Amino acid sequence: MESQIAEIAQHTGGVIGLSWLMIAFPLVGAFVLLVFGRFTNRWGHLLGVAMSLASFAVAVLGFFELIGFGEEERRRAVHLYEFIPGMVDMGLLIDPLSISFALLITGVGSLIHIYSIGYMSHDEHRRRFFAYLNLFVAAMLLLVLADNYVGLFIGWEGVGLASYLLIGFWQFKPSAAVAAKKAFVVNRVGDFGLLVGMFVIWTTFGTLTFQGLGEQITPGTENGTMLAIGLLLLLGACGKSAQLPLQSWLLDAMEGPTPVSALIHAATMVTAGVYLVVRSGAFFFPEGSGAALAVAVVGAATLLAGAIIGCAKDDIKKGLAGSTMSQIGYMMLGAGLGPAGYAFAIGHLITHGFFKADLFLGAGSVMHGMNDEVDMRKYGGLRKFMPVTFATFFIGYLAIIGFPLLSGYFTKDGIIETAVHHQPILGWLAVLGAGITGFYMSRMVFMTFFGQKRWADDAHPHESPSVMTVPLMVLSLGALGLGAYLVLSNRLMLFLAPAVGRPEELPAFHFTSTPGLATLALVAVGAAFAWMRYGRAEVPSVQPRGSFLTTFARRDLYGDALNESLFMRPGQWLTRIAVFFDNRGIDGLVNGLAAGIGGSSGRLRRIQTGFARTYALSILIGAALLTGALLLVGNI
Amino acid sequence: MSPWLPILMAVPVVGAIVVALLPKGSDKLAKQVTLLVSLLVLVLTGVMAAGFKPSGERFQFVAEYDWIPSFGVKFGVGVDGVALVLIALSAVLVPIVVLASWHDADGVKTADGTLITPKRSVKTYFSLLLVLETMMIGVFAATDIFLFYVFFEAMLIPMYFMIGSYGGAQRSYAAVKFLLYSLFGGLLMLVAVIGLYVVAGSKTFMFPELVGAIQDPTMQKWLFGGFFIAFAIKAPLWPVHTWLPDAAAQAPAGAAVLLVGVLDKVGTFGMLRFCLELFPDAAKTFTVPIVVLAVISIIYGAIVAIGQTDMKRLIAYTSISHFGFIVMGVFAMSSVAQSGAALYMVNHGFATGALFLAAGFLIARRGSPFIGDYGGVQKVAPVLAGFFLVAGLAGLSLPGLSSFVSEFMVMIGTYSSQAHGSGALTAAAIVSAVAVILAAVYILWMVQRTLNGPTAEPVKPFKDLNAREVWVLAPLVALIIGFGFFPKPLLDVINPSVQQTLTNVGVPTSTIAEKGTGQ
Amino acid sequence: MTTHYLILSGLLFAIGAMGVLIRRNAIVVFMCVELMLNACNLAFVTFSRQVGNLEGQIIAFFVMVVAAAEVVVGLAIIVTIFRTRRSASVDDANLLKY
Repeated sequence: MESQIAEIAQHTGGVIGLSWLMIAFPLVGAFVLLVFGRFTNRWGHLLGVAMSLASFAVAVLGFFELIGFGEEERRRAVHLYEFIPGMVDMGLLIDPLSISFALLITGVGSLIHIYSIGYMSHDEHRRRFFAYLNLFVAAMLLLVLADNYVGLFIGWEGVGLASYLLIGFWQFKPSAAVAAKKAFVVNRVGDFGLLVGMFVIWTTFGTLTFQGLGEQITPGTENGTMLAIGLLLLLGACGKSAQLPLQSWLLDAMEGPTPVSALIHAATMVTAGVYLVVRSGAFFFPEGSGAALAVAVVGAATLLAGAIIGCAKDDIKKGLAGSTMSQIGYMMLGAGLGPAGYAFAIGHLITHGFFKADLFLGAGSVMHGMNDEVDMRKYGGLRKFMPVTFATFFIGYLAIIGFPLLSGYFTKDGIIETAVHHQPILGWLAVLGAGITGFYMSRMVFMTFFGQKRWADDAHPHESPSVMTVPLMVLSLGALGLGAYLVLSNRLMLFLAPAVGRPEELPAFHFTSTPGLATLALVAVGAAFAWMRYGRAEVPSVQPRGSFLTTFARRDLYGDALNESLFMRPGQWLTRIAVFFDNRGIDGLVNGLAAGIGGSSGRLRRIQTGFARTYALSILIGAALLTGALLLVGNI
Repeated sequence: MSPWLPILMAVPVVGAIVVALLPKGSDKLAKQVTLLVSLLVLVLTGVMAAGFKPSGERFQFVAEYDWIPSFGVKFGVGVDGVALVLIALSAVLVPIVVLASWHDADGVKTADGTLITPKRSVKTYFSLLLVLETMMIGVFAATDIFLFYVFFEAMLIPMYFMIGSYGGAQRSYAAVKFLLYSLFGGLLMLVAVIGLYVVAGSKTFMFPELVGAIQDPTMQKWLFGGFFIAFAIKAPLWPVHTWLPDAAAQAPAGAAVLLVGVLDKVGTFGMLRFCLELFPDAAKTFTVPIVVLAVISIIYGAIVAIGQTDMKRLIAYTSISHFGFIVMGVFAMSSVAQSGAALYMVNHGFATGALFLAAGFLIARRGSPFIGDYGGVQKVAPVLAGFFLVAGLAGLSLPGLSSFVSEFMVMIGTYSSQAHGSGALTAAAIVSAVAVILAAVYILWMVQRTLNGPTAEPVKPFKDLNAREVWVLAPLVALIIGFGFFPKPLLDVINPSVQQTLTNVGVPTSTIAEKGTGQ
Repeated sequence: MTTHYLILSGLLFAIGAMGVLIRRNAIVVFMCVELMLNACNLAFVTFSRQVGNLEGQIIAFFVMVVAAAEVVVGLAIIVTIFRTRRSASVDDANLLKY
């Protein structure tokens, strides 16, 4: 039995009262940059960065004001205005969970904004890029700060829009345009779940606010309705967080500029599903319920699928995308374990935000120096040419494989141990996943930075400017130490407790637990195997054919093929049939009726011959018939 | 007696006469006068709306004059909340349409100089537009059912000429189809109107006096049928929808906006006011079949839209899908859904209006409505592309834009409706939510093929929007975003009149705030 | 006894009707129409005598007046047609058709 989560108190004044500024700053930035267009070209990127930093400042101040309150008062609701009268008001909820996200979004977001100044410096549409980034930050903040599901949903779709715009930022490339559309449409499948979930919530409880639900739901209630809501919300989370079975869009989303992949498709947006599950956890995913089990199963399945995909990719960004799927799978697994797992899920989310952004931006830095080449088979031996990028990337790499004492070690290990404790099968699958992570991440590092040079002669690898490397360093600092800070002595768990509850018994971190040691051993095996294949041995610069299993992973576990044959092709047929039916069937009936009337009147008019005597005859016959009829009836 | 509504109706028609009487060759003046008159109407509507008290009487700004005393026909006007917002919608859209169709009658040339539509009488076009505005205000303001019928039918005339004389290649086919379809429905309605007069026997056509006048259930069903079929054709509801794609595709963009944005709303408005309140028992009997038709419209319209190759036809089919939502909301017998439906009528006018106009600007540049003839517009005309995208996003009901609020309210209201043992309506809401996915497909696929990708050769000489065109789209986009986050002003006006409707229908009207049946 | 008058009237009417249907010459058709009218007149007068009031006779006068007017207009039309088409056949004037 876990302890209750804290009551929500109304809040006015102070920095928290002004927390809407967090959303307003980037929103204004996006508005100015989009509306005033090319007039802002010269300083647009600076405005974008400034707005993001301003938002970060508000978040930091809000954070300090929040921890000034006693633990039981750390959930503050800020009422903004009446949205749909009688149904839902727009309001923000500032509590440890949302402020953690806000700090991550604005902090990492600001770093990525700064990095983008350098990365996008040659792009003629840099100003628009910053507008979209600002729009994204605003929407993401609304998503995590809203105190009700409708506000969350608006932010949810807002980040979807920003993601659509940014994936398709280089929309003149057909592949980018298709990827953007695919991401949006697949996300909409998830949104369907979230939407219907809201219908059920409103119909059952008559409220859509977290506060209202908290008042009505006794923690641990489980029945059919609650399970249905849980599964519907999970569908939404799967869409946004690229979990099975809605994972297929994330790999294509790498068509976007690399800072986008770092910010949206690694650090923040794709973790929104985890946020949704944790935020709704106390209501619809109580520990040990069917819905929570479903979350954990989805997480475990995805963490393996993502890791397998990551092993076979030669495109550095797609490899990282597979790894993102996999890491979010860990978070989902943690989020499906009740309050014991929440803190680790969120902790892993935060550290992942740092080290994955670090890795993505590092990859971007490599591409920046290599004429935008993404194929790792065309890299090799780059550590000498890009020392800073290499160092920061390597720290990120150590963090993600869970090298002892780095960030990922603490948070991922926390999830694995909790999982082994609660759901042993899923837990051991997570251990296996960690081993695969060790392999594919080592493969990436060896192929990129070690071995022989394999790049073309016209490539001149060089270190990126400091506007790009400084954010890398800051992020790698987070990748180094943040995990230890958050997990040791349960700092994050205690901080989050008022928002998500906490387990009766606080876990203590064991450096020598069985799952932990097993994980380390497997990671070491994976890394060693990668060293044999890609570090010591020469890497062919043309992709070898590979076994059936490799093809399977390269083709994203046939996810696209499955979608294509199950939904796309039947859908196209259905569309064609419907159009045909509409044109020939319904409209054919209408036009046929009109044509029938027209045709028969065309026949009938032939009776009018123009011969006066024919008319006279018909008049006579008519008169005779009439007279005859009257005589017959006998009324005359 | 308040002079507001008669004045509102008189101003455009006087303007129309002035425009028609202008000397030959004063085309530019004609346009300017039309714009001024429509702006005057907008201002007057604004002032009038400011004096509307949501908590006051149901019908405000009432005016009644005897018209045909021997039959009790009156020139009776007055507005409730729903009518007011729809009149405001018309008043907003007309000046925008005037500005958008500035050169439509001058003969449209593409960027490379080929003529798409020949030069026609400018004065006639703009006076027709103003006459249409009078009719639109009149049809929403009429409280006398006979007067409503007169406007309902008379509206067809200016629209018939706007499509038939100023439209695309197949304009006369489309115009005749539009006219015949509507006249057929109108005839059924006329029979029902007369039937109502005779059966009620109260020697009046005034709506407030006829509420509750028909008690016999069988008679209710027949009269309901007459009204409903007329409104279903107008709305249009599956399977009597096929006139809309033809008419909308052939009409000039401005006329298409008024056709889909306002004229079609008369159908759903009529269902809300007349079908429900005059024949409550019949409405309740037919709820499930009608909601089924609405759901078919929603899904079917969306699927067929995906398969269209012509931009304007595509938008027309999306409207069929959206009208399905409105009809579903009207008949869901819940105040949330009905308020949502009424709000949807307004929001759909803005969203589809913007989409039609943006598509019209594209077509005016390329001379072809076919999606396949475009590609890469984003690169050469980013402002146009941006507006087109926002309008498209409004069409797919993106949260944060106005159409989301209404669509959400319709679906959630339908889902939670207790009206019919709720099972059928619950299922309807879930099925209709699938349209959320389909909408993304049809809009984004169109966007991808027109705006994105490498720039097609004929697209390269495109000029971006000029100031006039920006002024056409900017107000609509501002309204779409504004009401997306602050729908309260509209809902505050709509809610009381929806409550009144539901009271007349006999649905228990717990205010939506008290909703919540517990577990 | 008025039967004979009625039979005569019927015969005259039948002859007129047959003439209208069979003959092509407009003048002859016209005369046959007159014959039918006069057959009707005879019937009116006969019934008037049989019933014993004057209404039938009054109608007969009306018919005569109308017939006279008709002759004026009809002959004028026939003459005009003849002038333009050099023919008085009713079958040649068949422009007013589908």
